[in-house]
Amino acid sequence: MAHVSDKRIKELEIIANTLRRHVIEMVAHAGSGHQGGPLGMADVFAVLYFHALNHDPKKPDWEDRDRLILSNGHTCPIRYAAMAEAGYFPVEELKTLRRLGTRLQGHPERAKLPGAETTSGPLGAGLAQAAGLAYAGKMDKKKWRVFCQTSDGEHEAGLHWEAMLFAGKNRLDNLVCIVDRNNIQIDGRTEDIMPLEPLAEKYRAFNWHVLECDGNSVSAVVDALEATKSLFDKPICVLTHNVPGKGVSYMENNFLWHSQPFKPGEAEAAVNELKSVGEKLEAEYAKL
Amino acid sequence: MAIRNEAHLVENLLDPKIPQKPTRDGYGLGVIEAAKKDPNVVVVCADLTESTRNLEFKKQFPDRFIQVGVHEQFLAAGAAGLALGGKIPYITSYAMFCPGRAWEQVRTNICLNDVNVKIIGSHTGVSVGPDGATHQAIEDIAIMRPIPNITIIAPCDVVEAKKAAEAIAAWEGPCYIRFAREKTPVFTTEETPFEIGKATTFRTGKDVAIIACGSLVHNALVAAEELAEEGLDVMVVNSHTIKPLDEKAVLHAAETCDAVVTVEEHQITGGLGGAVAEYLARARPTIQEFVGVPNVFGESGAPNELVSHFGMDVPAIKKAVKKAHKRKTHR
Repeated sequence: MAHVSDKRIKELEIIANTLRRHVIEMVAHAGSGHQGGPLGMADVFAVLYFHALNHDPKKPDWEDRDRLILSNGHTCPIRYAAMAEAGYFPVEELKTLRRLGTRLQGHPERAKLPGAETTSGPLGAGLAQAAGLAYAGKMDKKKWRVFCQTSDGEHEAGLHWEAMLFAGKNRLDNLVCIVDRNNIQIDGRTEDIMPLEPLAEKYRAFNWHVLECDGNSVSAVVDALEATKSLFDKPICVLTHNVPGKGVSYMENNFLWHSQPFKPGEAEAAVNELKSVGEKLEAEYAKL
Repeated sequence: MAIRNEAHLVENLLDPKIPQKPTRDGYGLGVIEAAKKDPNVVVVCADLTESTRNLEFKKQFPDRFIQVGVHEQFLAAGAAGLALGGKIPYITSYAMFCPGRAWEQVRTNICLNDVNVKIIGSHTGVSVGPDGATHQAIEDIAIMRPIPNITIIAPCDVVEAKKAAEAIAAWEGPCYIRFAREKTPVFTTEETPFEIGKATTFRTGKDVAIIACGSLVHNALVAAEELAEEGLDVMVVNSHTIKPLDEKAVLHAAETCDAVVTVEEHQITGGLGGAVAEYLARARPTIQEFVGVPNVFGESGAPNELVSHFGMDVPAIKKAVKKAHKRKTHR
């Protein structure tokens, strides 16, 4: 496994914190959108865009890039934030989220935003597209891999399990399904709405490798995604155990922050909290 | 005969013993031609290899045949992924299941995504026969027409079906072709013109224009020939492409005849008739009669029996033409 220095890990933590700020600011500016999921997934997206993915922000259509399919399209603020920071488009454009004429649609659209890879939002459809793409890659003996970010709640959709069966049958080891296991969905906790556990065992029963990690630990996510490179013959599921709303104390673990408008002062408080975390991380970085 | 020579139809057009074959056979032949020309053509199958006419493709191109089982939503969404990976997937099932069951995946993952997927819907129309209403797709055109980016084709016989199945490979973007299970007359030839988006006038006429699609085009021609003996001069237009509608041809038919009858083995709501009416209402309001399934579900029965029962046989078409003509002359 490639060694990643403490310094690099700290850099990724700083990036994740920056992405969280972008999420708050863009959703507040838009007046609507989703916060809880994107905040929980910030560490995973920092690792994806700044460590794991083989990609070129200046060439979003580069033939040999790894493909990242965002299945739970409503969490797109975190993807947009990561893409902007990575250089796909100016950070300033994040303010156009959900506005008429924007490339940053409320749910992402492939035809509007180069690098979005697919149009998504209706839940449960991402893994199917990722599996089809991975199958095409295998047919053509391509080296690129397909990463599919999913939510846990969307595992209730039948289509997702159709895709799990297909990927297992065809041993698509060029496919990595990342699950945002944050235990919440719109109406409450996943285990109350429709229990998913034992989720890891279910993936294994469908002929998948399963890795689990703390999705809010950058180093754990780095290790897990590195480990996927050494797994063969089956598709790979990475269950990332995330805290929804991570980084903003009043949002953490509160399913109401799946999506709700900010009341006056709430966004500012969130930004201030993240700023102070950012300062702390910068100070730690300086000591390394 | 006012049958156009340029249509190159068979000579025994009106022979009751005209050879018959199902249009789904044309798909099976056409996709093989497409696959020979383009290595990216793949077939995705949902546990209906034989009845969607994929056996020969599977035999000739085993590495390009993808079996997904009874997973129609995956059929559509997975194909979107294959297309993103550079493939030209032909996704095959009964139309009731895809696009029927998989409509949202067709709409979002294929059409909004704007990827190069070819949707092959077999078993359309009441002529599916004894299997009954559950398997008779008679709403498929209506659910597909409002979706942007899609091209919709209903070939009139096995020869045209083959041409259509082959042609869509080189036609960039999402396509839907509806095919039929049952044998129907083979009345076009290799020389009959076929171009996606371009309707073909099979018979000239000035009293009433029939604009038809699918295998009922043959019934329309028979009806027109019989009506000629009764003194009515009926144009017959094969509007195989329902979207984009050949508006020029429809306008020409309306201006020439001043009355149209649309004929299709589909609900009269939202199909070819709807497309023609919507266009003419804007461009040239014209008297129109609709031959199709009259807002009821199908049922079990023999194919021809059902076509008659639901009012789409030759006598029913003649009746509709006469009614349109009467409305026109008594206006």
